[in-house]
Amino acid sequence: MQTIDLATTPLRDMNAMLQSQAAQTNQTAWNIVNPKGAHAIAVGLDAPIEVTVSGSTGYYCGGMNKQASIHIAGSAGPGVAENMMSGTVVIEGDASQYAGATGQGGLLVIKGNASSRCGISMKGIDIVVHGNIGHMSAFMAQSGNLVVLGDAGDALGDSLYEARLFVRGNVKSLGADCIEKEMRPEHLEILRDLLDRAGADAKPEEFRRYGSARTLYHFHVDNASAY
Amino acid sequence: MDKKTPQTVPRQSWTFSNEANSEIRRAAATGIYDIRGGGAKRKVPHFDDLLFLGASMSRYPLEGYREKCSTEVVLGTRFAKKPIRLKIPVTIAGMSFGALSANAKEALGRGATAMGTSTTTGDGGMTNEERNHSETLVYQYLPSRYGMNPDDLRRADAIEIVVGQGAKPGGGGMLLGQKITERVAGMRNLPVGIDQRSACRHPDWTGPDDLEIKILEIREITGWEKPIYVKIGGARPYYDTALAVKAGADVVVLDGMQGGTAATQDVFIENVGQPTLACIRPAVRALQDLGMHRQVQLIVSGGIRTGADVAKALALGADAVAIGTAALVALGDNDPHLEEEYQKLGTTAGAYDDWHEGRDPAGITTQDPELMARLDPEEAGRRLRNYLAVLTLECQTIARACGKSHVHNLEPEDLCALTIEAAAMAGVPLAGTDWIPGKSGL
Repeated sequence: MQTIDLATTPLRDMNAMLQSQAAQTNQTAWNIVNPKGAHAIAVGLDAPIEVTVSGSTGYYCGGMNKQASIHIAGSAGPGVAENMMSGTVVIEGDASQYAGATGQGGLLVIKGNASSRCGISMKGIDIVVHGNIGHMSAFMAQSGNLVVLGDAGDALGDSLYEARLFVRGNVKSLGADCIEKEMRPEHLEILRDLLDRAGADAKPEEFRRYGSARTLYHFHVDNASAY
Repeated sequence: MDKKTPQTVPRQSWTFSNEANSEIRRAAATGIYDIRGGGAKRKVPHFDDLLFLGASMSRYPLEGYREKCSTEVVLGTRFAKKPIRLKIPVTIAGMSFGALSANAKEALGRGATAMGTSTTTGDGGMTNEERNHSETLVYQYLPSRYGMNPDDLRRADAIEIVVGQGAKPGGGGMLLGQKITERVAGMRNLPVGIDQRSACRHPDWTGPDDLEIKILEIREITGWEKPIYVKIGGARPYYDTALAVKAGADVVVLDGMQGGTAATQDVFIENVGQPTLACIRPAVRALQDLGMHRQVQLIVSGGIRTGADVAKALALGADAVAIGTAALVALGDNDPHLEEEYQKLGTTAGAYDDWHEGRDPAGITTQDPELMARLDPEEAGRRLRNYLAVLTLECQTIARACGKSHVHNLEPEDLCALTIEAAAMAGVPLAGTDWIPGKSGL
């Protein structure tokens, strides 16, 4: 395993080293120590490497990740795994605002709680939160799956497009155009797979599914009060 | 009444004009605000209200056809390892594939590349056509993040983080379903045919402190190579420019209220934001106060039509300008030869602004394959190249007359204003006086 000490290595050097790994690299395991809340750790990676961050991170850890598996052995600041394309980001602790924002692919697992706007504008990413999520989560979410084992805050799925939301606990309120939908066998299958990949101890049958009522897909004056 | 009694000529109200009344009737009939494309149409103080003084006893002119007047611009010298070098101080503003047809985007790339300048993507991602036809391509980073991905970030020549635009500072966007074809929808990860909304705020940062970290992230992803622009609408240009610099911008793009949009509410376009003329000096002052004028470059857009407009923007302190609406007109938008078709759409050449409806007879603001095919990208690209060449020649002509060997040497002292308003906004003396309202004398 390669170790990079952020106490002595500049952020630029650390990211450049990880970004330069080719798909066939034999240096597949990396450990970043002393992150101490630094921003933009392990961003823009594009190789099937495994990166462990031994501590908590600041903003945008794992941003725009492709292929890499990033494991944060602490909590993550705002925008963790933002715009992720593929790969996996796992957070042992909690995640701050905008976790997985605009993510287009890959899997984000948050073993603690996620703050507000989790999965905002998500575009294909799968997000599994073992704990609770804050208000305005999945705002304008376009596609992908958001799975929450705990509770969801206010205005879940506001102005939602085609993303699927699965919540096991209570939903404080649903946002504009977000409704509860029938859980069909194909949804249970998706959920089972995601729970399994996220190492979550829960049964698909315990969840409820939410999605778009699609009434706001075409702007109409009669819907003005919904906005 | 006696027919011989003199009658007062029927008097129309200035306040309740025919135009105002027609909008009241339209609103009463539909219950919804008017959406249109373009920028502010109301008359506001503009570059027309400024004049160059020219050389005289105390200024030495350059020979028009013999002495060099350079036009090169380097953008992104503050932090980027690979600044952009343009041959002319006129760039093409951000306009999306989706709002514009693929042929129109290609034509913009062809024309700009022929003149050695840049084009800019828009809300909706980067197409291969525009990348391949644009030697220098600026990639917009927008709140919607439609089509955003690290590979396109890396194949861009610069990145423009859009905070606002002049037509609608504080507003998001909407692309109506008629233009959301399969390809447009695919790039945006949305169902075909829906009315697509674009957010007004970025999803993962709020305010200049966050933006500084966002810029750090983008620089880390792109190896600190690309210039990072921050685009702001003409709202509070002094503070917005200062905060963009504080956040780490290499270039500030400042768009006044005459700058166009693909679609938004008419009430927004006409009533929010400041005229371009009023924005430039405060932005330049912010750069000067921070000791960053010419270190962080300033691109001004919103209502640039002629080489004189270019020269005036540069004289007020800009490093370059960007054109959008004028570029579309050069491609063929609103051309009188299409008058018959504009009439069928209930409008007239020069006034057509329902760009969001996708029925543009010029084949520019449409995704309709039949209409799109009307625009020959090579021919339209040549027209844009010619127009850019004229803008440059005109700007050089004025610069030489003012004795400048580089267009960047133009300065406010080369200008006077025709109106008190323009004098105050541009911070130059009213013609025939030493008076700069708000600065000298009363």
